[in-house]
Amino acid sequence: MATARAGLAAVPDSLAQVGKLARYQLREYLRSRRFLALVAIIGAIGAILTGLLGYYRPSALLGGGLAFYSDLWGGVTVVIVLAAVFFGGDAIAGEFQNKTGYFLMGLPVRRTTVYVGKFLAAFLASVAMVLLFLAIVVGNGVFYLRAAALPWQLGVSLVLAIVYLAAVLGATFLFSSLFKTSAYGFVLTAILFLFGFTILQELVTDLVGIEPWMVISYAASTITNVFGSGVNWGLAGQSSTVTEFRTTTTTWTAGIAEGVVIMIAYLVVTAAVGLWRFEREEFT
Amino acid sequence: MSPPSIETHELTKRFGKFTALDGLTLRLEGTKCVGFLGPNGAGKTTTLKLLTDMIFPSRGGCEINGISVQEDRKRALSAAGVLIESPEIYPSLTPQEALEMVADLRGVPPAERPERIRTVLSEVKMLEWAHQRVGRFSKGMKQRINIASALVHDPEVVILDEPSTGLDPRGMAEVRSIVRDLKRSQRLIFMSSHILSEVVDVCDEVALVDKGKLLFYDTLENVTTRFADGHGTVDVAFARPVALESVRPAIAGIPNVKDCTQLDPKRLRVRFEGGPDGQGRLLEALVGLHLGVIGVSESESALEEIYLRQISRGD
Ligand SMILES: Nc1ncnc2c1ncn2[C@@H]1O[C@H](COP(=O)(O)OP(=O)(O)O)[C@@H](O)[C@H]1O
Ligand SMILES: [Mg+2]
Repeated sequence: MATARAGLAAVPDSLAQVGKLARYQLREYLRSRRFLALVAIIGAIGAILTGLLGYYRPSALLGGGLAFYSDLWGGVTVVIVLAAVFFGGDAIAGEFQNKTGYFLMGLPVRRTTVYVGKFLAAFLASVAMVLLFLAIVVGNGVFYLRAAALPWQLGVSLVLAIVYLAAVLGATFLFSSLFKTSAYGFVLTAILFLFGFTILQELVTDLVGIEPWMVISYAASTITNVFGSGVNWGLAGQSSTVTEFRTTTTTWTAGIAEGVVIMIAYLVVTAAVGLWRFEREEFT
Repeated sequence: MSPPSIETHELTKRFGKFTALDGLTLRLEGTKCVGFLGPNGAGKTTTLKLLTDMIFPSRGGCEINGISVQEDRKRALSAAGVLIESPEIYPSLTPQEALEMVADLRGVPPAERPERIRTVLSEVKMLEWAHQRVGRFSKGMKQRINIASALVHDPEVVILDEPSTGLDPRGMAEVRSIVRDLKRSQRLIFMSSHILSEVVDVCDEVALVDKGKLLFYDTLENVTTRFADGHGTVDVAFARPVALESVRPAIAGIPNVKDCTQLDPKRLRVRFEGGPDGQGRLLEALVGLHLGVIGVSESESALEEIYLRQISRGD
């Protein structure tokens, strides 16, 4: 059998391999119980929202479109963290823990290819969840506001949410590659992005008294800021001071461009460190 | 095109203070099957993981087909089929899907894939399971799929880490026969094993490691003669049952024969000295005695002895 060896046929270039890996991984996600579970969770959140709106008919929300969308759609940050935890929490650690990594690493692929391919797959699966949530919010909007027209702010907010998703996933993948045990990725992501950064943001604002530009939850607030009046599109945050009972409180509102830059910076830094780390990771 | 090759240079791996592999320099070239033999913990898996860039050397390096694994894992592994440490396949995949994924990532042309996948699945006798999820498979079935995925691109270099572990006796025999079949096509096979008989069964050459050090690398024949200290052992088979007492005087009378024992009614074990020449004279004399000898084989236990003697030397 001295036939031409298929193996000597050209191995696809790394970019093509990223695409292939992402596709196979995405299929894996779509078949997973986690995917179903998350669809069920988001569906349940949607059902509860719809039920509450229908029962209480809050006039503040049902009066005008922007407040409605800003409040309901604002919940997307929780959906994003859930999706990141579900799809990214053990994306890298699981390869070690479940010994599936030995299967992939026997192939002629760069480590970076594996990391990026898995990231893309987790990103796409999470985007699907964000879109599912969007559909629920829009469905409610159309039903309760009886207006088919959607505010343009919702489109901008969707883009911001997707940038935020990328940043959260970047961090999740970093945790997942720093620790070879899956639990760390789940727990760190959930704790940091559900409470940690918000608390940090408060601390920076109140105690240090400066703009919390370095905290991602601040950047993520642009997702709802965009629904406010007189949107700040700029690269610098705006502060406003309120004095009540001789106490002065300063609050900061992130500019849209500023938020985007911060979120992308988080993505770039976490991805760079995560990749650097994974390139040096041993499958012992 | 140059023949397939695997090379290691002063390959060393330390885990903390413990040296799992110590300065392994090995050059395998050409189409053959090389057994990487050593007891558990000898450093076999460590070596094969270094060869496939799953772990990184503390010192030294290695090449597959002249391409440095450390510098360019992707190119170095492109010609290799690898099975290390019984990996797990994503449980939701079927063997068909897993092999398609491997073939796709390895660049097997789409037109050739169905045929290649069928071939390797039938080689490992898993064709009828092609469309069942891997998650429910037994360890042995998974191992067969792992072997199939190491072969799906018809690789020139095959690296197998204890491929028969986790299989039942029949499965082990089947894996050996798969490896023997692999030898028929032009390949370099590097297979680790802690089972001497497996290496003797399928390999042409053997590299013996123990405690992270290479003890020797040679052809099986040379090893047998070189380490037997001029002594050899053959098993002699007879057509009919023989009584040791009746034939012993005749056999013991052959020059160079040291000792003769009964293995079973139809087989005797004869120890002799004088190396290959001594063995030749022994065979001629045996046949000349007209005792009904129907076969003579080099006994495995001779190698077994060498194996045990070599690996206990460092104690
Ligand atoms: N990740 C690791 N950390 C510490 N020691 C290890 C590690 N991997 C292997 N070893 C040690 O290195 C030695 C060689 O292991 P290994 O290469 O797996 O042996 P073999 O495959 O020949 O049975 C063993 O003593 C093992 O305990
Ligand atoms: Mg081993």
